[in-house]
Amino acid sequence: MIKHILKRLALLIPTLFGVITLVFFMIALAPGDPARIMLGERANAEQVAQLRVELGLDKPLIQQYGLYLSRVVRFDLGKSIASGQQVASEIAERFPATIELAWYAMIFATVFGILLGVTSAIRRNTWVDYTTMGGALVGVSMPVFWLGLVLIMIFSVWLNLLPTGGRMNIRFYFTPITNFYVIDGIILWIKEGTAKYLVSAIQHLILPTIALGTIPLAIIARTTRSSMLEVMQQDYIKTARSAGIKERRVIYRYALRNALLPVITVIGLQFGLLLSGAILTETVFSWPGIGRWLYIAIGARDYPAVQGGIIFVSAFFVLINLAVDILYSVVNPKIRLQ
Amino acid sequence: MKKTIVMLCALMLLVPAAMFAGGAQEAAAPASAEDSKMGGVLVFGRSGDSVSLDPGRETDGESFYASTAVFDTLVEFVPGETAVQPALATSWDISDDGLEYTFHLREGVKFHDGTPFNAEAVVFSFERQFQEDHPYYDLGPWKYWGYMDMDNIVKDVVAVDEYTVKFHLKKVEAPFIANLAMDFASIVSPTAVEKLGEEFKNNPVGTGAFKFISWTKDSDIVFERNADYWGGPVYLDRLILKVIPDATSRWLALQKGEVDLIDFPSNDDIPAMRATDGIQLIQQAGLNVGYLALNTEKKPFDNKLVRQAMNYAIDQEEIVAGVYGEAGQVAKNPLPPDMWSYNDDIEDYGHDPAKAKALLAEAGYANGFSMELWAMPVARPYNPDARKVAEIMQAQLAEVGIDAEIISYEWGTYLDKTDMGEHQAAMLGWTGDNGDPDNFLWVLLSAPAAELPAGNIALWKNAEFTELCAQAKVTVDQAERDRLYREAQVVFHEEAPWVPIAHSVVTVPAQDYVQDFVLYPTGKRVFKHVWIEK
Repeated sequence: MIKHILKRLALLIPTLFGVITLVFFMIALAPGDPARIMLGERANAEQVAQLRVELGLDKPLIQQYGLYLSRVVRFDLGKSIASGQQVASEIAERFPATIELAWYAMIFATVFGILLGVTSAIRRNTWVDYTTMGGALVGVSMPVFWLGLVLIMIFSVWLNLLPTGGRMNIRFYFTPITNFYVIDGIILWIKEGTAKYLVSAIQHLILPTIALGTIPLAIIARTTRSSMLEVMQQDYIKTARSAGIKERRVIYRYALRNALLPVITVIGLQFGLLLSGAILTETVFSWPGIGRWLYIAIGARDYPAVQGGIIFVSAFFVLINLAVDILYSVVNPKIRLQ
Repeated sequence: MKKTIVMLCALMLLVPAAMFAGGAQEAAAPASAEDSKMGGVLVFGRSGDSVSLDPGRETDGESFYASTAVFDTLVEFVPGETAVQPALATSWDISDDGLEYTFHLREGVKFHDGTPFNAEAVVFSFERQFQEDHPYYDLGPWKYWGYMDMDNIVKDVVAVDEYTVKFHLKKVEAPFIANLAMDFASIVSPTAVEKLGEEFKNNPVGTGAFKFISWTKDSDIVFERNADYWGGPVYLDRLILKVIPDATSRWLALQKGEVDLIDFPSNDDIPAMRATDGIQLIQQAGLNVGYLALNTEKKPFDNKLVRQAMNYAIDQEEIVAGVYGEAGQVAKNPLPPDMWSYNDDIEDYGHDPAKAKALLAEAGYANGFSMELWAMPVARPYNPDARKVAEIMQAQLAEVGIDAEIISYEWGTYLDKTDMGEHQAAMLGWTGDNGDPDNFLWVLLSAPAAELPAGNIALWKNAEFTELCAQAKVTVDQAERDRLYREAQVVFHEEAPWVPIAHSVVTVPAQDYVQDFVLYPTGKRVFKHVWIEK
């Protein structure tokens, strides 16, 4: 088991190396001189040349790559050109917002996805199944941007139930503690005896969670359904049934456990992918996370920020998948025993 | 098991329901003073966050939105205009040779941290931007100082006494005074810079109408009233700049009343906004111009008649209606209409294909010609969609027998190529900085600006025009400058190195109760005199 994990961890290194190299060259070979783009209409040749030197763009590409690699290995992602802040600290400032949103979106997607998947599997070919799977198809094809705006229109503007965006009522003048606002809300509840921060944090989370979680929810529901259907055909289910075990027990104890294996893989993948879906959700809901930050950095050709951001997100993605692999081997004895 | 699931589902439904129940929005704070204008929190929904809050370092409008609240300048723009008026300096004298500017400073003003405002603070604020041995020079780069060419204008800044500051200039430069109204020329608290160093850019301390309270990146910046403000009462208790990146989301937030006014509405939403009760639209022409530059060094645009024909052939009305919508107005001059010295006596070429054909025939192009029409690949404030504009022009030019091929490059390449004069005709534009006509006419159309790499991408080297602008540059008498620039625009019109296209119109939708919010042509967002009607 330990050996398995170590082996997986060792594989991380070439993967990340590949990511770093790819990101570097993709950006370096993109058309357009970043110095020129950053300065825009008002630049003169002298200023462009000066900025190119500052950015190290005057050096040969391979030398730039070597320098970059040597810094990344030391966990130095450089300074953002736009803000002059360390890229690492810019990421650290915004990542909790994204993780918080992605986390709740994933819980939302997993709980409802599995519930719906199981329900439609056991009621196969009934209207319940058709409705659920039809809904899932709509969910998968729903543009996140549009869904977000529709949710705001209905729940914020018409029904006046939830805020249109942001993470906290700005009139609370709240100072983050951990930057995970739900946790901060709980801390303040304990410390100051008022739940208003917690309530506001949760209110602000509801709509973006639904918007971000809908696609993974639909995918998880579909995977669960097909996996359940497959498992339900297995001999041991028949055996369990013929042994007179209650149907509910058969489904949840025997079938679902085994059916969950592919579902876990899908959940892991989706969690990683949420980070990219977050760009749109963060934009619609004014969520100050890493997706939007990266999006702005790309538009501004803030190369150190783009490189650092992509490397960070990729590393995170790889780590999530590693965690899923480990979880998988815990759940699945076949792998565990190898 | 089933029970558990049912319970779980119920809980899932209940938790949000409970949230809904508690979800009533906070009511606005009640008026805190006798004065009915006093009090309230104003929330401005804007499209992006500030990069930093030190205006000397930054170049983007979003950064200045925040720094303008905190800092003052020696002189400031008259609200809604491009003229300047006294601010931290109550008056100033200019020596006869135009090389010495003496500013008399306002007395008794204090920075938010209690530091007294005086000549030392002024010297500190400027020297940090250009004296390389200044202890805080390294906190730069001081980009705008470079953009405005201040290194070649300012020789030194000297504190004559506690409340007198003298600037020595390297050359006579009349627009210098307008530069001092720009955000980069903000006066910062020297003690705060010394104390905070690098962190000053996240914790600004100035003399302005609002004190900085907090900044949550990509989310909001909070300010509170500076009760001791020198420039009259500040009515708002608090000012919040809130980032809402998506234009539709901003409009929804305004409808719901979460914000009081918003920046950059989507063009498509403006008719609906106009029709919504309780919403007012505040509009102002932007300080910019979008144009089609005709390369006067390449055939056939070396011929004045052809350039005039282009002006007759292209119908700006159609372009503005089709591409800019509410966000634009037709241009006839290189200067934006709200700038002083704008020559409104000049008559627009208008749309006259017959006249265009006649001119082309006179110039020897009776059968028209083929040309390249370059269009920017990106949306700019002065031109939201250059390629679409190009398509409309293409159709209009075809009517007079000109066959235009639309060409576009990646943005950086486009700028490089147009700077080097590789184009035949190229669209571009300019956003003004200091509200001075020099900032348009000299940098975009003078003969020196036509040297490669050129700011004058028509490569138009007209001696008469250049002389008028050069004269205006070294004339400190305002009325005389005004006359010179008006005359220069006449020359421009006759020689037609550009087809001016449009100026953008900035719209800020606001709740009806927001009072005395004035848009500035220079793009500032100023809240010091804003109040909320209760």
